[in-house]
Amino acid sequence: MKGRPSLFTRYESDSAMLPTTTQRVWLVVGLIIVAGAAIWLPRDWLILIATSFIASVGVIGLNLVTGYAGQVSLGHAFFLGVGAYAGAAFGGEATDGLIGFGLDILIWVPLAGLTAAVIGAAIAPIAARLKGLYLAFLTLGLVFLGEHIFREWDSITGGPGVGRKPGILTLGGWRFDIDGQIGGYAVTREQQIYWLAFIVLIIMALAAKNIVRSRIGRAFAAVRDRDIAAEVMGIDLTRYKVLAFAVSSFYAGVAGSLLFTITGFVNPASFNLLLSFTYIAMVVIGGAASITGSIMGATFLTLLPRIIDGVGGVLPFLEVSSQGMMSTSQLERIVFGALIIAFLIFEPRGLNGIWLRLRTYWKAWPFSY
Amino acid sequence: MTTFIQATIAGLSLASIYALLALGFVIIYKAMQVVSFAHPAVMLFGAYMVSWFAVERELGFITAVILGAVAAGFLGWLSERLVISPMIGKPLFSIAILTIGLDIVIRTPINNLIGLDIRGVGAPWGFNSWTVGGAVLPHRSVAMIVTAVVITALLMLFFRYTRVGLAMRATAIDQEVALAQGIDVRRIFALAWMMAGAMAAVAGMFAASDLAGLTQSSYIVGIKALPAIVVGGLDSINGAIVGALVIGLAEAYTATYQSGAAPWLGSNFSQVVPYVVLLAVLLVKPHGLFGSAEVERV
Repeated sequence: MKGRPSLFTRYESDSAMLPTTTQRVWLVVGLIIVAGAAIWLPRDWLILIATSFIASVGVIGLNLVTGYAGQVSLGHAFFLGVGAYAGAAFGGEATDGLIGFGLDILIWVPLAGLTAAVIGAAIAPIAARLKGLYLAFLTLGLVFLGEHIFREWDSITGGPGVGRKPGILTLGGWRFDIDGQIGGYAVTREQQIYWLAFIVLIIMALAAKNIVRSRIGRAFAAVRDRDIAAEVMGIDLTRYKVLAFAVSSFYAGVAGSLLFTITGFVNPASFNLLLSFTYIAMVVIGGAASITGSIMGATFLTLLPRIIDGVGGVLPFLEVSSQGMMSTSQLERIVFGALIIAFLIFEPRGLNGIWLRLRTYWKAWPFSY
Repeated sequence: MTTFIQATIAGLSLASIYALLALGFVIIYKAMQVVSFAHPAVMLFGAYMVSWFAVERELGFITAVILGAVAAGFLGWLSERLVISPMIGKPLFSIAILTIGLDIVIRTPINNLIGLDIRGVGAPWGFNSWTVGGAVLPHRSVAMIVTAVVITALLMLFFRYTRVGLAMRATAIDQEVALAQGIDVRRIFALAWMMAGAMAAVAGMFAASDLAGLTQSSYIVGIKALPAIVVGGLDSINGAIVGALVIGLAEAYTATYQSGAAPWLGSNFSQVVPYVVLLAVLLVKPHGLFGSAEVERV
């Protein structure tokens, strides 16, 4: 089929992750550029982008349950919290009254994911009975209950205002969270975390991509599009809804366990409704039911404060002091809310939709019709 | 016994706030099948306007409440016109998520205006109370309960006996048929948002009339009204009132008895009791106590 890259004669090639050679080449080039960027990027950007990698993992998880399986979850903050504290307990140090096992990163990150997945799967049977907005409210309740538990369970979370350190990034004795040397080259803490986050994102994104193009992913989509029709086709609704919640929670757990290793501090108050809203916004802005979109949305919203900071100096009504009409962080919030509204009204397919449209436009250029 | 009565009074006061908010949620839901997550933000705005008119402009309390309700009603109408109506016909979730965006857009500037100072709403009843047979009956509670009952009764009469109320009920049953009968459905939508906004302002004013005053976290009260509508069932006016009572009383009784009976649940557990009730009810009845179950046809 040389020369006709869009002609598919087999189902496998139609559902392939990268159907054309061009895409494969560009992906490899892109991966090398992103990985190599760590060498010259300044520290604060490294931290920001590493955060966006980890947030992407969480957003992929939310997109699996909300975008693909159509079960709106406002409870993602809760699962992120479960992951963060499971990670801290399995991978952190045991200090003054705090539980910590100090395990290897290869153990505590999956364990954090599993803990969240088990809790997700435990809640899912209740959730599977609910439809539509009732489900949204159930998961919303979960966030508030979770916040309370995180505040009160001092031996795991350190309690409000005190908090605790997250899991230690140690792999077979190698520490990612202290400056080190690889083959004679000095690597900073930030660079190592950046690479670690990047690798985790690649693994998790590949896994998600494979889930959604398999039987499971097709079942998710069927449940989302019309649950009754899916049931008639022989899809076990409860089973797939539970599966969707479990997988999504696993992603949230992994993301949560790593998210706070960058700042080095987990505060029980972090896992509030606003965090859930932020993740929902990342899904909406990135593009529902799209893995690429999840990464775009997470990156865009994580970098947004930085972008606004950059623009902020130019806008006259902004002032850093309290004399101005609003601070940059407030403008950031408003832009964030306005973006949710604007994307839902004007581009429901999100950034990924814009990208696809641009691509199709240029593919056929100059014959854009 | 006195403790119990005391807790009941506190619970009924809370319930009256939740009822006013829940009724707003349900009116909007019945009109256009939208749950507005922006409702707590509208409430905060209304409470702020009441505080501004009453304390900073010194217009007198009653005038301030009326103006605040009008302002919040206007905000409700505006948000319906600008962001909700373009979304009519889109999936329910999209609209629900959109209202989350709306909530953030409305709440951020309001929080900025509220700032960190303690603001009163200039309520004339202050913090005085009567003592009836050993139990303390704050004037505030009486004012709240009476107002909530009066507003609810007026609302019921409005739906039952006026032409517009009839049009609203018709729209709630079937929008297209209502349209065919000559009802201006778009106007009904706008009216629903205005009524909800105005009631939210009153609720917010009550919530802000306690010792803590109007703060940025007064918003939490609005969020806690969500369990009330879910417990009652999203599309039931009576359910909203029952839900508000259940949630309000549960919260107040927990606040009174939990520290003695079950201290291991932690401090401030009463603040999350609404969500515990929500989970418990959804476990048993997936459509709330009075919500109509969805009919499935293949």
